[in-house]
Amino acid sequence: MDWGWVSDHLDLVGHYTGRNAYLGLIAVAFGFLVSLPLGLLCARYRWLYAPISALATALYAIPSLAFFVVLLDFTGLQDRTIIIPLTLYTLSVLVPAVVDGLTNVPEHVRQAATAMGFGPLRRLLQVELPLSIPVLIAGLRVATVSSISLVSVGSLLGDSFGGLGYFFTRGYQIDYPTEIWTGVIAVVVLALAADLVLVAVGRLLTPWVRRSPRTVIRRRTARAQARAA
Amino acid sequence: MSIFTDFWGWFTTGANWHGSDGIPARLSEHVQYCLLALALASAVGIPIGLLTGHFRRGGLAVTALSTAARALPTLGILYVLASYQPLAVFPVILVLAALGLPSILVNTYTGVVQADPDAVDAARGMGMRPSQVLLRVELPSALPLIWLGIRLAAFQVVSTATIAAFVSLGGLGNYIRFGLATRDYPQVVGGAVLTVVLALLSLLVVSLAARLTVSKGIRARS
Repeated sequence: MDWGWVSDHLDLVGHYTGRNAYLGLIAVAFGFLVSLPLGLLCARYRWLYAPISALATALYAIPSLAFFVVLLDFTGLQDRTIIIPLTLYTLSVLVPAVVDGLTNVPEHVRQAATAMGFGPLRRLLQVELPLSIPVLIAGLRVATVSSISLVSVGSLLGDSFGGLGYFFTRGYQIDYPTEIWTGVIAVVVLALAADLVLVAVGRLLTPWVRRSPRTVIRRRTARAQARAA
Repeated sequence: MSIFTDFWGWFTTGANWHGSDGIPARLSEHVQYCLLALALASAVGIPIGLLTGHFRRGGLAVTALSTAARALPTLGILYVLASYQPLAVFPVILVLAALGLPSILVNTYTGVVQADPDAVDAARGMGMRPSQVLLRVELPSALPLIWLGIRLAAFQVVSTATIAAFVSLGGLGNYIRFGLATRDYPQVVGGAVLTVVLALLSLLVVSLAARLTVSKGIRARS
């Protein structure tokens, strides 16, 4: 590891870190926007869940590089060639997270909300979704970390489409491990930073989880979180 | 959509089924890497998950370790290892095992922690030693989640093992790598389709193993 090289190329590292963050996070954002309505539908109409989750699982099995290459035919080499597969990959984590989060809301809570005069939409927005936040955050953490780390495969298509993966392919081609290491460390740091942000956001949004004396809620949450992982 | 009809042509060409670059040979390389990686991931993940779960210690460490393993960019780690030891199979196995570890570890831990407390109490009351409680009560109750972890891991490992080709170690990724290099896209799709089929097959195999090993009483409850 040649730290001199790293300090000489900080601007390059910064540039590709930014690209990596952009490609990975936008895919998670799109994935969440798609998963939320899909998950709501699945929680409401249970028979939809099996086919939708089977489809998401099958998509997830497509090797990323092959996915990128097949898309080249339709999209050409652009950011969306990378973003579309990454978005579809997140569905296999995020749709189950939305469904688990919603079905985890205890029945008596739902009934209490109805008894207090909440309509279906208001109950969803003010009771069910807020109570699902711990599970949603667990799903988002898995999706975000994987997505950021997976962006790098795009570097096999072109220098500017794999974020920090640029350093992997280049370092390997010119047989210079320092460059590969730099990329690897930067990816891990970026992914963990994003993970910490999500943990912090989750804590801010759910102050009741830590205060709750009832371990039942925690236990349900832990189980749903494990499923998301 | 000609790319997909061309794929069928590739798939049904007899020449693609023979020799060291034939589909059977590449498939068997792929399966071997995956099995070794899963065995390694299970050998590390299951004991650690069982012990941390049994003693209710290190839950945070388990989560942190899995997040860290998930953050590792597979391709980068593979290149790093291959640049020190070209053409060795072990790095590939190691990288794939690191990929499968998080789901196995987290699910084993959660499975043990969530074992029915009444059953665990009853086992203690009957005079079972801690090791008996772990192996005869907590492990069987955790089994559905452990198999779930292995299933998720197998799925990811099979689909990602295609990267072995990028350090010249073959597997189904070889079709993707050389199809890409020679702009022979039907070959790329061929490699991808075979990988997806293998991944789905692995899902089936693990589900079957779970059916055979999970006790009936527990299956009914979960």
